[in-house]
Amino acid sequence: IDAQLWGDHGQEALENAHVCLINATATGTEILKNLVLPGIGAFTIVDGHKVTGEDNRAQAATELLQELNSDVSGNFVEESPDKLLDNDPEFFHRFSLVIGVQLIESTCLRLAGVLWNAGVPFLVCKTYGLVGYMRLAVKEHTVVESHPDNALEDLRLDQPFAELKNHIQSYDLDNMDKKDHSHTPWIIVVAKYLEKWYNEHNYQLPKNYKEKEAFRQLIREGILKNENGVAEDEENFEEAIKNVNTALNPTKIPSTVQDILNAEGWKNITAQTPAFWVMARAVKEFVENEGEGKLPVRGTIPDMIADSEKFINLQNVYREKAMQDASVVSKHVESLLQSVGKVCVYKSKKKCKNAAFLRVVRCRSLADECSVELVNKDEITSCMDNPDSEMVLYLMLRSVDRFFQQHSRYPGVYNYQVEEDIGKLKLCVNSLLQEYGLNVNVKDDYIHEFCRYGANAIKMITHQFVPFNNTFIYNAMSQTSATFQL
Amino acid sequence: MTWSRGNMADGEEPEKKRRRVEELAEKMAVDSGHGGNARDWDGRWNHVQKFLERPGPFTHPDFEPSTESLHFLLETCKILVIGAGGLGCELLKNLALTGFRQIHVIDMDTIDVSNLNRQFLFRSKDVGRPKADVAADFINRRIPGCNVVPYFKKIQDFDESFYRQFHIIVCGLDSIIARRWMNGMLMSLLIYEDGVLDPSSIIPLIDGGTEGFKGNARVILPGMTACIDCTLELYPPQINFPMCTIASMPRLPEHCIEYVRVLQWPKEKPFGDVPLDGDNPEHIKWVFQKSQERASEFNITGVTYRLTQGVVKRIIPAVASTNAVIAAACATEVFKIASSAYVPLNNYLVFNDVDGLYTYTFEAERKENCTACSQVPQDLKFAPSATLQDILEYLTENASLQMKSPAITATIDGKNRTLYLQTVASIEERTRPNLCKTLKELGLTDGQELAVADVTTPQTMLFKLHFTS
Repeated sequence: IDAQLWGDHGQEALENAHVCLINATATGTEILKNLVLPGIGAFTIVDGHKVTGEDNRAQAATELLQELNSDVSGNFVEESPDKLLDNDPEFFHRFSLVIGVQLIESTCLRLAGVLWNAGVPFLVCKTYGLVGYMRLAVKEHTVVESHPDNALEDLRLDQPFAELKNHIQSYDLDNMDKKDHSHTPWIIVVAKYLEKWYNEHNYQLPKNYKEKEAFRQLIREGILKNENGVAEDEENFEEAIKNVNTALNPTKIPSTVQDILNAEGWKNITAQTPAFWVMARAVKEFVENEGEGKLPVRGTIPDMIADSEKFINLQNVYREKAMQDASVVSKHVESLLQSVGKVCVYKSKKKCKNAAFLRVVRCRSLADECSVELVNKDEITSCMDNPDSEMVLYLMLRSVDRFFQQHSRYPGVYNYQVEEDIGKLKLCVNSLLQEYGLNVNVKDDYIHEFCRYGANAIKMITHQFVPFNNTFIYNAMSQTSATFQL
Repeated sequence: MTWSRGNMADGEEPEKKRRRVEELAEKMAVDSGHGGNARDWDGRWNHVQKFLERPGPFTHPDFEPSTESLHFLLETCKILVIGAGGLGCELLKNLALTGFRQIHVIDMDTIDVSNLNRQFLFRSKDVGRPKADVAADFINRRIPGCNVVPYFKKIQDFDESFYRQFHIIVCGLDSIIARRWMNGMLMSLLIYEDGVLDPSSIIPLIDGGTEGFKGNARVILPGMTACIDCTLELYPPQINFPMCTIASMPRLPEHCIEYVRVLQWPKEKPFGDVPLDGDNPEHIKWVFQKSQERASEFNITGVTYRLTQGVVKRIIPAVASTNAVIAAACATEVFKIASSAYVPLNNYLVFNDVDGLYTYTFEAERKENCTACSQVPQDLKFAPSATLQDILEYLTENASLQMKSPAITATIDGKNRTLYLQTVASIEERTRPNLCKTLKELGLTDGQELAVADVTTPQTMLFKLHFTS
């Protein structure tokens, strides 16, 4: 049933994935649970810690997680990640995703370096007291079907393609019986009245509120009246009026897609070019030629008041055009592949339908984030204009890492340490700010609060892998969150 | 370097594997080396104690660090969880691991095979058993000391004396009607003395809801903060297809399936006089075939078996992680309120992870004339020539009332008369003629009180009738 949300090939991708979790803590196992339940292909837990007596934490967690879904293949490695990095860093190359939980800074950075170069996405998770932190590091993550919630429809009313024009022409609103008139799809109604409008307004679309209101009035006047001159109940006309706002938006390529089509890195297609970029290039060629500056038609229309026949006929006009456009794009794909000596069986039809929903996420590496030269000073200082912004929690987490580096423990683990550790942690905060040249104020309250946590994590949050870019902070005290690009 | 393949999918026999996992769970649960209270091994509540016993800059203004808070949390605090499904399983796990031990859980459903991919307290051997029972069993066995008490019942099966015993109530429901009922129940527990609310009669209600990648969590302090009914307009309208579309003008595959479900099934009774059962593959197969036939009549494509099942069962796709997030937020609030360690959420959190991760927190406001929590009597303004049907439509269609099948009674000539009641067939038949009668004909007077009962509220609602000219 969940596959309804991410579709059959989403489910396929999930089932082919092999995720590595480092450290089977409460947070780590919680994350895996939410991957195992919907049916990830395989997972491997890397953990050198022991639970009780002889039982290794990695093994215990693997067995209990495995029990949740027998279709998933679970493995474990009783080893610390540092040892693996020492002896066999290529171990990590096989994974679709590596999730590192409660890693100390030095291990985290080492691992990040290896994964970045190998092109393996790395998700860093930390829970510290009532604060949650996630950092995604992936050079490039392409999304074909981003399933946006509130995407605008692709109706082409401002630039109807030939088949749509013909179809609109086949209607004569002024000479229809009442039943047909009331069951004409609103798309047709808007198109017809747009023609009237064009005649009186020099072929210009209604642009501002005043003009759109006048256009709505034009449609309203088209509602049939009974013998007493009172307007009939024509729901399709009401729908047309309601949709004027969005239906007349000029057809254009979303900026996110423009960026993809114009991406520098993939201008030249080679035999190694990933499928996503071959498709992007093919779409670009379509746009520049057959598409006349527009993307392939999406082919779907929203449901609307109409009789079955009129609705289906209209829907088919859009559908067939979409299929036509999709096969043109396919031809471009084929010839691109041929030009580099490849022949490929391609699921391009599906991708064309979603050309407007292509997305690329590129994250900065951890190395860059932590480098004194490349640190995102602007983002940090501007957020800290509000000293209670979630950014302060980020700075505290970095400071706590520093504390661990210096004292080989976290602040405030034991009650007697809390008082002294507040001072020590403050020194870490200041040295961090100084090293990066950050002229911001971290309130003492936060330093106190982080000593209070004593490194213990109450599991607060768990997430599916989603391409946020690139740092997510969750504050359970206020139940707020923020995303930063660091 | 070697590494072990702990792949349980092959190799070990299922029985041996099951026993091993059980032993493992036991070993992990009880630390053999500790005398005295074998349940609380050294350091077990370390993490929680740090929040309860240490002062801090962000704690609730009334918070006082003390070693007694832990005792209250573990032994005394009584929590009621409503729903043992997607949210419920997560909630029970979170609360039990945090340290709450007196947990009661109500759920009227039994386990279905489609639940297994996210309601992780259940296994395939549990299919058919009550969710509350199985969930309680699992938690009690896995977390020593925890005492979850299950109820395989509807929330409406209990009265005020039951609900009054809890310190906090958390809802993981999938129905707005049930939420409103619970909301109403807690309102009815409030005690006002000389118009002043007695705070000890307040039972906080923490409500979580999810739908696909979206979810929300809210904290309701009955009588003090916005309640469910205050924000009724926030709930998206339930999708019900109009009958004329279903009957004569289908456009979407869903319309075709609804036609078969609502019209064809009761007419043709393919398996005898039995209701359509979404879990019976034979039933679904029949609906699927008939839907396809109808669809082809109208040249509609897209009827699939999966869609058929989804429409028949009114399935809203669910994601394990959304439930986890919302349940975590709710459990955090339970902890905050129970311990007074932090200021609770004030008071509504929205979550969406379709595109990146997005949360939005705001303070939902109380509605001045809220039908559930304001003490303001509700007015009904109708002309004496209006019919009872008009009032009925108002009660069901008005955005802030949204009643389902209201029963209307009034005192006329000193006698209590039922004007209309839908839920009992014989009474419905008897009172149906009243619907066409005018208010004047029914003997109603200006300023008179009408009592309305409905499934959305445990208490009868009183309305004052005002005649307009």
